Amino acid sequence: MNKVWLIIQREFLNRVQKKSFLITTILVPLIFPAIIGGLVFFMVKEAESAKPDVVEVLDETGRFQLEDTKRFTIVNVSGPIEVAKKAYQMTRHFGLLHIPATDINNPNGITFYSRESQSIEKISELKRTINDKVKDFKMEQYNVDKETLKNIRSTDVGIAEINLSDSGEEKSSNTGILYGTGMALGILIYMFVLIYGIQIMQGVIDEKTSKVVEVIVSSVKPFQLMLGKIIGIASVGLVQFLIWIILITTVTSSVLAYFGMKMPQQQAMEQVTKNMDEETAQDVMKQAPATPQSPEFLNNLSQIPFVKVAVIFLFYFLGGYLLYGALFAAVGSAVDSIQESQQFQFPITLPLLIGYMGLFMFVLRDPHGTVSFWLSIIPFTSPVAMVGRIAYEVPLWQLLLSMALLILGFILTTWIAGRIYRVGILMTGTKVNYKVLVKWFLQKN
Amino acid sequence: MSFNTSNTYSVQALITKGITKRYGNHTALEGVDITVPTQSIYGLLGPNGAGKTTLIRIINQIINADEGEIMVFGEKLTPRHVEVIGYLPEERGLYKRLKVGEQLLYLAQLKGLSRSEAVTRIRTWLDRFQIRDWAQKKVEDLSKGMAQKVQFISTVLHEPRLIILDEPFSGFDPVNAELITQEILRLKENGSTIIFSTHRMETVESLCDQIALINKSKKILEGSKKEVKQQFKTNSYRVEHRGAFQLETGNYHVVKQKPLEEDHFESTIKMENNGSPNLLLQELINRTEVFRFEQHLPTMSEIFIRLVKAEGDEALLKHLQES
Repeated sequence: MNKVWLIIQREFLNRVQKKSFLITTILVPLIFPAIIGGLVFFMVKEAESAKPDVVEVLDETGRFQLEDTKRFTIVNVSGPIEVAKKAYQMTRHFGLLHIPATDINNPNGITFYSRESQSIEKISELKRTINDKVKDFKMEQYNVDKETLKNIRSTDVGIAEINLSDSGEEKSSNTGILYGTGMALGILIYMFVLIYGIQIMQGVIDEKTSKVVEVIVSSVKPFQLMLGKIIGIASVGLVQFLIWIILITTVTSSVLAYFGMKMPQQQAMEQVTKNMDEETAQDVMKQAPATPQSPEFLNNLSQIPFVKVAVIFLFYFLGGYLLYGALFAAVGSAVDSIQESQQFQFPITLPLLIGYMGLFMFVLRDPHGTVSFWLSIIPFTSPVAMVGRIAYEVPLWQLLLSMALLILGFILTTWIAGRIYRVGILMTGTKVNYKVLVKWFLQKN
Repeated sequence: MSFNTSNTYSVQALITKGITKRYGNHTALEGVDITVPTQSIYGLLGPNGAGKTTLIRIINQIINADEGEIMVFGEKLTPRHVEVIGYLPEERGLYKRLKVGEQLLYLAQLKGLSRSEAVTRIRTWLDRFQIRDWAQKKVEDLSKGMAQKVQFISTVLHEPRLIILDEPFSGFDPVNAELITQEILRLKENGSTIIFSTHRMETVESLCDQIALINKSKKILEGSKKEVKQQFKTNSYRVEHRGAFQLETGNYHVVKQKPLEEDHFESTIKMENNGSPNLLLQELINRTEVFRFEQHLPTMSEIFIRLVKAEGDEALLKHLQES
């Protein structure tokens, strides 16, 4: 045990003392907020400074009377369409909207001419404007007055989400927050397992090709060496992760404090892109600072049992890493170079990838569905899938079953990997295929 | 097969009994018994693929034997014995990106040395090899010869009582090879037992006290160098004398006579069973002036070639004649 501890220390120090560790550990938490900050900054900037596009409108019905919006400045033109087209070509205007003489309640043949293909956003906004007008015409035809119309249009009913537990306890919930939490945690585990798993493999290959492994295994058992390496690299990952959390929290909160006033606008921006409705967007923008959404948002955030989620996340973080780490070690022991490892890496990364895709296709969409259930129970996919579900209430028995299976799972993979590893690390220049791996696995010690 | 831990065993550094190792249908070692006396230099000989490295790995507990038992200094071999064994594998290797000092410290600690003890000894050894300023260098910045010195130090740093060197001279330049030879002799003087495998006959001749020949997974010869030579001696004598002469009596006949410098010659004379060295010398004095008279013992190389011819192993014969 003492020797495993020595190996853990060595593996840990080897990596932590590298310059690249220092650089990634410090730069990543600075780069990510910087990128996000930069993007938000430009988004806000662009939205503020964007000049509306000039749209020429040839309305042969004379009824539409389109008004300027935030995006478009309307210029009404006249004359036959051929003339209007020619005239448009002389200008630098955004486009020419042609509304032919048609039944305004059921318009036909409306055409938009422009120099180049336009973004779907702009075209659909134009379409929505026309549609709204036609709706107005129809409403008018059915004697609905403008005020009623406005009233109807501004309908926006919110649905309060309350989780009713068996004991009758009520808890408000916010699906968006749960979704985001699940997604972030799932992605983190997926990336951690993959990145550090490959580091284990690389470490094993290095030891094998530099031949130092034979000296080491004359002092310690191959299994101890493998375990020491896996745990050592895990501790590097945990330390790096911890530093990231601390740095990101500090950096983000100071950035937020600095841009503090801008944040509601950013929220509003999201609303704008979601609704595309000019008026409501402006309303939201005006109301943003006072919107009752904010305290509710914080309230919901605090509804997530952080300690529980953190503990469970840590469990799956380590469980998944150990399960896959052992397999990566076995692959490293079997090959002589990282290139050779490709063929064996695929079957290892496949279940991890299934878990990752399952996270988006099933777990986040329907956290309590059958597929989500199985994905979060089977040890190979559960590390990613279960943390995706964890923010939603997961029945205790499912959680315990999944955790127990994950423990069994990594004991099993470590055992299998250990048997392959002990033979593999001493074999160089052998052509290895799956049959050979099975032979190594079955070989007596 | 069982052991009794009697006194005769406890004086032996290493005893293996009936070591057998199979890989599928291939038998790497079959019933190998060797006895390595304490404070001896024991040469393990044989061509590549004979099973030397497998045996060495089994003694180092890197792999387990299918059958057989191993005793180290009178005790059954267990994992804690890694601390009394030092091992230099044939394939040398160190952590490339680790500094020499850290590397030695790590390897010594894995062999059970305390940190402070290891630091003191590393200093002593680096001084002995006059490479103290290498401690902060990374192994990847060292030349091959330098790295091998470091590796040798790592093998003996924990002062193992049993040192196992697999092909210790392969890859060393002559200067370093001489340095290592001197170190091996010094370690023996200080009480260590050294086992090394080699296929170089001249090393065996000059360094070993004890030898074993392994071929095709079996041990075919073992004993002290002296015993083996006596066992294979052909009862012939070498004489340096002046001028050529004839000798064809019933008991003695000249097998070979070759001229040396000036009018000196060297003759090889075979003696039949009822002859004696004194009588031979008398015969010689009557015929010529004798400068040197000695019993001729076969070289290790000659012995092995004879053995192998008897076994009819063409591949091994070729190997021995080449070396």
